[in-house]
Amino acid sequence: MLAGMGAVALIAAVLMLVLRQPMRVALALITTMIMLGGVYGLLGVHFIAAFQVLIYVGAVMVFMVYVIMLLEVRETPGSDRYSRWLVPGVTAFALLTGALGISVYRSSAVALPAGAPTFSLTQFSSAFLTTYWLEFELTSVFLVAAIVAALAVIKVSRRANG
Amino acid sequence: MDRVTLLLWLSGALFSLGLLGVIVRRNALVMLMCMELMLNGVNLSLVTFSQQRGDAAGAVLVFLVFVVATAEIALAIPIVLLLVRFTRSMNIDRYSDLKG
Repeated sequence: MLAGMGAVALIAAVLMLVLRQPMRVALALITTMIMLGGVYGLLGVHFIAAFQVLIYVGAVMVFMVYVIMLLEVRETPGSDRYSRWLVPGVTAFALLTGALGISVYRSSAVALPAGAPTFSLTQFSSAFLTTYWLEFELTSVFLVAAIVAALAVIKVSRRANG
Repeated sequence: MDRVTLLLWLSGALFSLGLLGVIVRRNALVMLMCMELMLNGVNLSLVTFSQQRGDAAGAVLVFLVFVVATAEIALAIPIVLLLVRFTRSMNIDRYSDLKG
């Protein structure tokens, strides 16, 4: 089950590089994200699985799909799908995959305990709000900065329109 | 194969595929989606490590990555919208007159 979901996620990720239309790429990415959500559920971290589907698929990808539909810029059929960096990119991909694969293979990984999750939602929440309270607060500052930046971008766009 | 090895390998493969997509694709929105794929790969490794260690720190980091990914998309999409409005194209080679 876990391996099957991982395989579907991997196939959809490969499809993302092959498909031409942005909408199909977005659907492949949604497939990958839902499958990763399933993997998290099978691992026993159900709250991360729920947030994976809620935040990534529900917020980020719906936004992305909406923008793709809004833009409606068609690629000209004769244009190249890939940039001229195709050969260096594939070389870098092969090197990176090989290095990561070898290091994972060599590492003495401790096997996951089957079944029950090793930490509960209660442990996670108390750790988030006590040990990692500073990160939690910095997140709110970061979100305010993001809102201000988005407003600045809108202002630039209004000025450009006159 | 052990489950941890399998998941870590999958996470590395997703990250590499995302990086490959950012390098080789020319559509700006597709490049953004490939960045999301890289973040997803990293999240998978964080969840695996936190399950392996029985520690909630990895899960906390996953939530911070969620926040960063959402803010990144919320900022990147208006910029892409502006660029598309100016150049009438999503091809990043057309954005070559960007300075800085």
